[in-house]
Amino acid sequence: MTVRPERLFVAFSWLAAGLVAVSVGVLVAYLLMRGWPVLSSALLFGDTPWLAAVLGSEPVFDGIYPAVAGTFILIACSSVIAIPFGICCGIYLAEYAQGRLKAIFSFMVDLLSGMPSIVMGLFGFALILLMRRTLFGHANTSLMLSSACIALLILPYLIRMTQVALESLPDKARLLGLSLGYTRWQNILHVKLPAASTAIFSGIVLSIGRAAEDTAVIMLTGVVANAGIPRALSDKFEALPFTIFYLTAEHRNDTELQTAFGCALVLLFITGTLFFVSYFIRKNLQRSWGQGE
Amino acid sequence: MTMEQWIERALFACALFCSLCVTAVFGFLVYFSWPLFLDAQGLAAVFSWVWKPFMGSFGILPMVAGTFGLAVLALGIAYPLAIGVACFTHGLAPARIRNAALSLVYFMTSIPTVIYGFVSVFILVPFFRDHFERGTGFCLMTSAITLAVLIVPTIVISLRAEMGQKSEEVRLAARSLGMTPAQELLWVLLPCSGRGLVIAAVLGFGRAVGDTLVALMVAGNAPVVPRSLLDSIRTLTAHIALVVATDSQDRSYHSIFAAGLMLFLIMAGLTMVIRGLAMRIGKGKERHDSAA
Repeated sequence: MTVRPERLFVAFSWLAAGLVAVSVGVLVAYLLMRGWPVLSSALLFGDTPWLAAVLGSEPVFDGIYPAVAGTFILIACSSVIAIPFGICCGIYLAEYAQGRLKAIFSFMVDLLSGMPSIVMGLFGFALILLMRRTLFGHANTSLMLSSACIALLILPYLIRMTQVALESLPDKARLLGLSLGYTRWQNILHVKLPAASTAIFSGIVLSIGRAAEDTAVIMLTGVVANAGIPRALSDKFEALPFTIFYLTAEHRNDTELQTAFGCALVLLFITGTLFFVSYFIRKNLQRSWGQGE
Repeated sequence: MTMEQWIERALFACALFCSLCVTAVFGFLVYFSWPLFLDAQGLAAVFSWVWKPFMGSFGILPMVAGTFGLAVLALGIAYPLAIGVACFTHGLAPARIRNAALSLVYFMTSIPTVIYGFVSVFILVPFFRDHFERGTGFCLMTSAITLAVLIVPTIVISLRAEMGQKSEEVRLAARSLGMTPAQELLWVLLPCSGRGLVIAAVLGFGRAVGDTLVALMVAGNAPVVPRSLLDSIRTLTAHIALVVATDSQDRSYHSIFAAGLMLFLIMAGLTMVIRGLAMRIGKGKERHDSAA
């Protein structure tokens, strides 16, 4: 009896799924195994008392607290720039743009979302070079520049999420306001945006995850290995992904290597949490509109 | 002017600003690599096969070869796997496992690239160092395997979007012919999703070309053309990161902007290919959301 191709095909698909699951399983298990024992308050704060470190009254030298704080500050700054912009662009694309203009804008968004993050970093770097040559001789890479470049990086996700959320609303939500005499904008503001808000929010959470994990952009725009907590937007800063990268390449002893594993686990925990938050929002959303598969 | 019009204008301004940013990225890359295009010698120096900045050779072609070699290899590993996983989650697996597998695929998109690279440095690299006579383990093969794991979810999600749409058209016909789910997938759905298969491959390829951290951490970064799978390579993306971090010579700066420009053009080209294909199918939007 010959083996039927479908049989092989099914076996192959199980094999592929198994391989992928095993590789992710190994990755997470390995990080947990090496990183879990390292997790402690000493990993975060070193010898500094934690309250003094959090309040900023004493600097932290041996801990990863500055990197964790730097990552959160970076997320906050880039979100402040990107979220309003992204949502506005999304609304424009979904509700106002038409014809050629819509095609051009949406091509630009596609282009932006396909851009490698290192190119975005290079853009920030070039911006500083240009500023130095012209008006601002003292311009340097900084938290502000990194935030702006990261904001540009996550912008396309926010735009698309908003646009899709608005465009995929059921007709009843679309027509309700208009039939009651709302103007176009009133309808968007009071009916459509609230109806789409859950989906938009899940998009926001997802793009925050991107901001937290990206390394290539900040490498070129102001992250350093030792900076402490940034006090101003023009300061250099530390961030978790860069600390991981830096320690992998440059660890001088076993303690630093342990720190790298701790960092990796903390970062995975942060992005994992963001992912699950967004995932569950999305799941509830499908139930509420009855749009599930 | 009414409030409504002001709001529309403000929103338009946002969209315009966003487009201007993209143009600005392109403009900066062109502006800073422009000196190279002015004299033929500079251009020839950048498009050469030797990178020895201290001896005046600024060729980035080895990095182009590295980028394409790595991306093709990673796609070669990831693509069959991704097709397998996409079919697995689209009807071949029992419902429970299917949902678990889907969640896993989405979870993979949230794992930071730097962590893929990090774990690979401590698991895959020592393995290759110990089991092959040659090299340090930081090579084309290890980085391709790592990158393959990274791009699998991109391809799977894109493929599933296409298969989901096509499946509604063909399911009844296939079922009424008495096909099993496996037969339906293999003989009807996959052959029907030709363009979707291409789009998914292009997306995965783009993701592989654009990635920096895996190549930077795992590939070894030797600026030479790879001759075997165990050779160390350097990609365009890693090249930019390395030169900005270490070099300060003016000429090498020009060359990294040329590298950046090349990456920009590659990605723009891929984006156009995808749009072209998606437009012919009609509904390209959902599919493209899974980009990058």
